[in-house]
Parts: sequence; C-alpha cells; structure tokens
Amino acid sequence: MHAKTNIFNLPETEFVHPGNRACAGCGLGIAYRIGLKALGKDTILVVPPSCLTVLQGLYPIAATKLPCLNVTFASAAAAATGVIGALQAFGREGINVVAWAGDGGTSDIGLQALSGAAERESNFIYICYDNEAYMNTGVQRSGTTPCGALTATTPIKGKLQKKKDVPAIMAAHHISYVASCSAAYPIDLYDKIKKATGMTGTKYIHIHTPCPPGWGFDPRYTIKMGKLAVESGLYDLYEIECDQFRLTDASEKLLKKKKLRDVDKYFKSQGRFKIMTDDQISAIREDIHRKWEAYWG
Amino acid sequence: MYTIESGNVAAALGVKLAGAQVIAAYPITPQTPLTEKLSEFIESREMDAQYIPVESEHSALAVCIAASTAGARAFTATSANGLLYMHEQIHWAAGARLPLVMCVVNRGVGAPWTVWNDHQDSISQRDTGWIQMYVCDHQQIVDTVIKAFRLAEAVSIPVMVCYDGYLLSHTYMPFDIPDQKSVDGFLSPYRPEYALDPDKPANFNTVTLPDVRADIHGRMSHGYMEVRYLLQEDMRKAIDVAGDIEKRFKQIFGRGGEPYVESYRCEDAEFIAVSMGSLAYQLRDVVDMLRDEGYKVGIAAIRLYRPFPDQAIAKTLEKAKGVIVFEKALSYGYQGPLCADIQSALYAQSNGRKKRPSVYPYILGLGGREIKTGDLINAVRRVCTETSTDTPDTLGWIGLKI
Repeated sequence: MHAKTNIFNLPETEFVHPGNRACAGCGLGIAYRIGLKALGKDTILVVPPSCLTVLQGLYPIAATKLPCLNVTFASAAAAATGVIGALQAFGREGINVVAWAGDGGTSDIGLQALSGAAERESNFIYICYDNEAYMNTGVQRSGTTPCGALTATTPIKGKLQKKKDVPAIMAAHHISYVASCSAAYPIDLYDKIKKATGMTGTKYIHIHTPCPPGWGFDPRYTIKMGKLAVESGLYDLYEIECDQFRLTDASEKLLKKKKLRDVDKYFKSQGRFKIMTDDQISAIREDIHRKWEAYWG
Repeated sequence: MYTIESGNVAAALGVKLAGAQVIAAYPITPQTPLTEKLSEFIESREMDAQYIPVESEHSALAVCIAASTAGARAFTATSANGLLYMHEQIHWAAGARLPLVMCVVNRGVGAPWTVWNDHQDSISQRDTGWIQMYVCDHQQIVDTVIKAFRLAEAVSIPVMVCYDGYLLSHTYMPFDIPDQKSVDGFLSPYRPEYALDPDKPANFNTVTLPDVRADIHGRMSHGYMEVRYLLQEDMRKAIDVAGDIEKRFKQIFGRGGEPYVESYRCEDAEFIAVSMGSLAYQLRDVVDMLRDEGYKVGIAAIRLYRPFPDQAIAKTLEKAKGVIVFEKALSYGYQGPLCADIQSALYAQSNGRKKRPSVYPYILGLGGREIKTGDLINAVRRVCTETSTDTPDTLGWIGLKI
C-alpha cells in the first residue's frame, strides 16, 4: 500500500520548464505541473488549440519535456486514438496517451470526437482543464461558462444559460473512470491522474482551473478561488468508478461536516460576476443546497 | 494472380499489400465497400493492422495524422462531403509533412445531394499541399495505391489516389494482384526520421512565428514561411521522384511507365482530348472512331494532377492545333481548373516563340450526368472542323438539358 500522497512525497522530477508562457497565477500552470508528475516520463500528449498551446511555447522552443502532438481544435480525442493505434501496431505498451484540452476544446468543438473515442473505449486519459471560457482568444463564452458570467461575447447581460455538465456526459458513456478535481487541490488531482494511469479504457478527468485575467481577480488568489468554489459546494471533487459516484478530498469533508460556506463570497470576489444580483445568487444558492441535501441524504 | 473484382476491392488489396498499419474511416457512398473490405481483412487476420471505426471523417484523418506522427503507415478513404468535412485536417496533414495515403472515390458534392460521380470533391482540395493521382481502371487503382505509399514516404507529402465513384468503384474488371513478395521488394517498411516517442521527446506542430527564430543554442530555425516554401520545393521535386518510382515499378511488375500523362494516339495528332479518370479511357473509343473517319486525334489522360507535371503535359500537347479539355469539375465563376492549368502550362512552355494550340474547354458529367460517347464524338469532331483557331471564350457544356 502506498503512503498517502502529500506535498513532501510528490515526485521531484519536473516535466514543465519554468518560465513558460502561462499568465501569472494560471490555474492550468498548477494543474499541468502536478498532472505531468502523476503521468511520468512514459507519456505522449495530444493538445488542441488552447491556453496550453501558448504555455507550450513558440517554435523552436518547447516548455514540456514530454512528446507532444499539437492537433486541430476538434480532434484531440480522435488524435489520441490514432496514437494508441500506432502504439498497438508496434506492440508498444506502458505508454500513457493523454489528450489535454481546454473547456471549449472539450465541451464545445471537441465533444463529438471525445464521445466517439469514449464509445470506442479508447485506452487513454482525457484531461479537460476548465477555466470556464475561451480564455486564449480573449474570454468568449463557452459551454462551461457559468450562468451570470460576463465574457467578451456576453458583455452586458452576462451568460444567461447554465454551465454544461461535461463529466456527467462522460459518465453517461459508462467509461472506466470519471473524476472531477481542482487546481486548488493538487494532491487530490495528482492521486486521480495517477489512478487513471493504472486503468484501461477511457478515463476522463475534469479540472477546475481559476483564471485571474478571465475571471477578474488578483493572480495571488488562484488557490483561494478554487477553494471557495469547492467549499461553498458549487464545484464538487468526486470520482465515478464502475458507475459508482464518490465525493473526495474537501468535498468528502463537506459530506461529514454537513455545512457549506456561503457561495456569496465566491461571486463577490470575481469581476466577471459583478452584474449578478442578490436574487440571482440566491437562486444558485438554492440549487447548491438542493444538490447537497441529496448528497447528505 | 488475376482476379475479377470491383475497383473498391482493388483499392483494398493495394492497401493490404502495402501493409498499412492503422486504418481509420467513416462510411460514405461510394467509398464504403473499400473500408468494409479492409475491416474484413483485419477481422479475419488476413491483414495485421488496427481498424478504427471513427465517428466522422474529421476524426478519420485525425487518427491517421496522429498514427503517422507516431510512426505508423496510415490510410483512410472517403468521398464527396466526407472529404470536405476533412478539409481542415487535409491542410494539417500536408503542413505536418505526413506520408498518408487516402483514396478519394470521386463523387459530386451537395447541395443538392448527389451520390453520383464527378471530380468536384478532390479538385476542390487541389491547393491543400497533397499530391493527387487520378487513375483510369482497376489495375491502376491497385498499382497506384502501392506506388502512392512509396511516393508519400519518399517526399514526406500525403497522397490522394482518386478514382471515379461507381464507374470504377462499383464495376468489375479483371486485374492482376501484385504478389506480396514483389511489393515488399518495392516498398520498404516506414521508418520516419522523427516520431512521437517518450525516449526522444519533441513538440510537433508548435505555434511558429512569422519570422525565423533562434533556438536555445542560438541556431536559427524556420519561420512559417520557410516551412511552407519547403513544401512547395518538395512538391515540385516530387514530379521527378514520381517518375523514378514509376520506372522502378515497371522494372518489377512489368506495367505502367507513364506517371504524368498517359497518351493514346497523340504522336501525330492535330487535336488532342485531355481528361482525367475513367473518362480518358472512354475517350479512346472516340479517338478510334474519329481516326476511322480520317481525323488525326488523340487522348491524353492526366495521371498526376498535383504537383502539376506542366512540362510533360506541354510536351504532349504543344504540337497540336487544338486541345479539347473534358472536365467533371468547375471553378465556379471562371472555368474548369484543369483547363486553366493546361492553358497556363502551354503559355509558359511556348514563351511566345510559336503558336500555341487553341484550348477548347468542356464541362460534362456533373453529378453523374451520363456521358454519351456520341456526344463526345460530336464535340471533338466539331473542334476538328472549326474554321477559327481562336480559343473560344465560352465554356462548352455536354449533355446539358436546359
């Protein structure tokens, strides 16, 4: 049995060079660094256009010390299938094939290819880092932008529709593993990605990655924003294995504690929610409580 | 070994003999029997390859792009709207310099829906940076698929092998199946210089700047424009490479030998018809009949369309009085793309020194409209008896009922 993962026993090897092109306080930067530690050296990455393309660097300089294939926006999951096909043709085993995409590349333009790959039970890990808008192109709304958020394409009224629940869509494919994690909980994130590397079939991991310029908060508060989302019960850490749902880490603690932080603080700390009314926040608070009453049974 | 089979099966046999390792495809008429045959080969273990039944053509090419970047020999096939759905990936595969082979079973594109043959689908992909080869019969299908893999891997440029939907894909003809041992002698296993490999990490298709840029050691690396210039240079060099490969193929298999233009009775011809695909063989009957009437006519089938073998084409056509181009595709608002290419080749070659042949453009067979041999005879005969030698300024339409 492994010792419980903590900040002291994480692998020391780094696969992301320092000084890359991520913004200050980038939630993806944290998730990527920790995630690659969990994946290890024997990994091939597939990346569609996203902030990660920028983080990777400009030719001929690269920020990642792993083989990485940049592909078209809609094709990350299909391309990952192609890498697996080649490795199978060569009889090469023990390599993690990982598609790492943003929320637009996953929930919008990439969803068809992802659904196809999951239905084919392709043996790969799909990681979606969710900064809740098209940040790389200048903060346009995406399928996972939450209701009420101001973006460059919802500039006055904010987004009027709800956030798309991509992990639930993936769970409906009955794949090997679905997990939700957050850049604010790197140990939970590490453990889930590590767990996925030991499983066969399709593994889907969704990471909440706060984005200082896109969400409108000071770069020093990235972890704080991620924690507020989880502690107020808005964004839950969980895993679904063999169709069995289980809350993990801080969300699991809330299960025992039976008390949530008020979500008001989360909305009031971010510029993107500045036009939200107290009535709108109350409606969301009610949704959260309804969800948690069900968890608490 | 001789067999009698459909054009789609001829293509599948070529892919099997070439030893493709990863195949991804999405069903579309009239390509389906080809990929069905390949999945049958693989499930019955007649062929050792991965068959990936993707959910779209966009993903089919994504799989091939990734598999090829990982070092596998990859193949796909499609038609019409399936090809157009791949469009972004078609550019991507060429820019990434991946030696994929794709059969395009030519079909008209919607709207309105049509499932029948013309060449608008592949011709509309002309400027993507892929090599395009057109074939006239089943023997050429199986042979060209094998040659296409060798050419693609020699120049690191993907190849489309284009053959007519239904007219070739679903008709049955006798052809010789090359033996595996000879194919293995002709086509070595694919060993790419660079591939996705955790032991040699590299970043592929990274964002590349408008200008050249130094790496961390201070060595200059290409900018986007240098990358694209090299694609153009290597495309032009691919003309000669295709010629060498054709020679080698003929030495081993005893057939072929005309990689650019397949000429029929052109040597002394005053008027030469030009076409691509199965129509070129139909035009052989037209040539024979008009020769019997005393007209000096010939037919030149363009086999390699991109890179455009302009010199070989001009050499075939330059002595003729007239060139009659029969096309199943259009650049809407102007004329047939092949006609424009031929005029351009003749203009460059003659360089004002002598009179160029007049060029007569005809559009026909769109969306599978029947091409009657009698109509072709009339069109060629009309040109032969034309008193004016000026190139006409209007497009001729054959078989149009309007």
